[in-house]
Amino acid sequence: MNLTLKIWRQKDSKAKGQMVDYKVTDISEHMSFLEMMDVLNEQLVNSGEEPVAFDHDCREGICGMCSMYINGEAHGPDRGVTTCQLHMRMFNDGDTITIEPFRAAAFPVIKDLVVDRMAFERIQQAGGYISVNTSGNTQDANSIPISKHAADEAMDAATCIGCGACVASCKNSSAMLFVGAKVSQYALLPQGQVEAVDRVKNMVAQMDLEGFGNCTNTGACEVECPKGISLENIARMNREYLSATLKG
Amino acid sequence: MSGILNSSIGRKFAMALSAFFLMIFLLQHFAINLLSVFSADTFNEVSHFMGTFWVIQYLMQPVLIFGVIFHFVMGFVLEIKNNKARNISYAKNNGAANSTWMSRNMIWSGAAILAFMGLHFYDFWFPEINTKYIVGDMSGQLANGEFRYFEELQHKFVDLWRVVLYVIAFVFLALHLLHGFSSAFQSVGANNKYTKGLKGFGKAYAIIIPLGFIFIALFHHLNH
Repeated sequence: MNLTLKIWRQKDSKAKGQMVDYKVTDISEHMSFLEMMDVLNEQLVNSGEEPVAFDHDCREGICGMCSMYINGEAHGPDRGVTTCQLHMRMFNDGDTITIEPFRAAAFPVIKDLVVDRMAFERIQQAGGYISVNTSGNTQDANSIPISKHAADEAMDAATCIGCGACVASCKNSSAMLFVGAKVSQYALLPQGQVEAVDRVKNMVAQMDLEGFGNCTNTGACEVECPKGISLENIARMNREYLSATLKG
Repeated sequence: MSGILNSSIGRKFAMALSAFFLMIFLLQHFAINLLSVFSADTFNEVSHFMGTFWVIQYLMQPVLIFGVIFHFVMGFVLEIKNNKARNISYAKNNGAANSTWMSRNMIWSGAAILAFMGLHFYDFWFPEINTKYIVGDMSGQLANGEFRYFEELQHKFVDLWRVVLYVIAFVFLALHLLHGFSSAFQSVGANNKYTKGLKGFGKAYAIIIPLGFIFIALFHHLNH
């Protein structure tokens, strides 16, 4: 198929970017979206132009690096997939595809389609962990009984890959689905209880400090999340936070 | 209180609490207004009670005014903060693919309701406060000795333009509630096995209450 691409080009974090039009031809419907971008970049390199910078790593939908806003949706029009899992069969011959970086003040553009998502790392560092003594006398995990239901829910929350699609899709650039998932995966397990109060307070404080917006429960994040993280995680975080605040 | 309002979740919680309060008030307001359709005397008696009982007037009314002001001021504050969280807009954004129009436009439906409240206060609340607390007439009666409340209500809905404005406002109220009802529960952390049923109840509330208000306005316009 032949396509017109409208792509955000920005030289560096300080430069003013703009949308630039490109044509790509003979694109197979079996290609992934990133493979189509590879074809474009080969074309650009061969003609002596600067290739389009975009993040990618595993190309298996696990790493959460490929952050593109395609035709007005994070990771494009398909559901439950990252950009690397998006196939060109989702588009038609002759289509014009708009490709932008994830937009949020907390995710500044580094170059073209690459954004800085270190804000997520700093939120994790504020409390997204449990402190375990690993000096050789670590308790066997199976010695702590955990119900199947709690284990399943915690695992569902832990499947968040931190790609940032929730922030990109939210009209308020809120990070609450990400933080809700990270808080939930520990809140549901006995190992997470010891640091639960400090964890939620510190992670929410860091989230606010990073400049993410306030959640207004539109649910866009849940729909666009490639891992199907549920809004229940935001509700759980709200409960954890309110409870932690009351405890002081 | 100010401490919790400094956090994003605290602000959500406070917005939800004020929303719950306003939704309960709305139900009570609707129930009393509905009496005017069935019995002018009962409507007069209940209105006189609500307008003169000290608990309602001096305790509940200030709380209500605070709740209304808090809800819309916080709504605008959140909107400004949220706009700052995305400094560059998307060239193409397909919001309809993942969220409802109502959820994305709460600020506009809210602003329309706020504008309507200006008219509603001009029509009913300011004259009421003037009569009771500036003129000092707490009798609730007309010169002929009859209660004035039903008479005043019907008189207001004589003009068609006012009825049309009220109907438009109630449509915006319905749009606001269609998202706001379930959103308030999510904000206080209530998302569980009852959520589906609650959403259904919320939709019914969001449609029935505004439709009921529209019915009352039309009823008095057609029966004055």
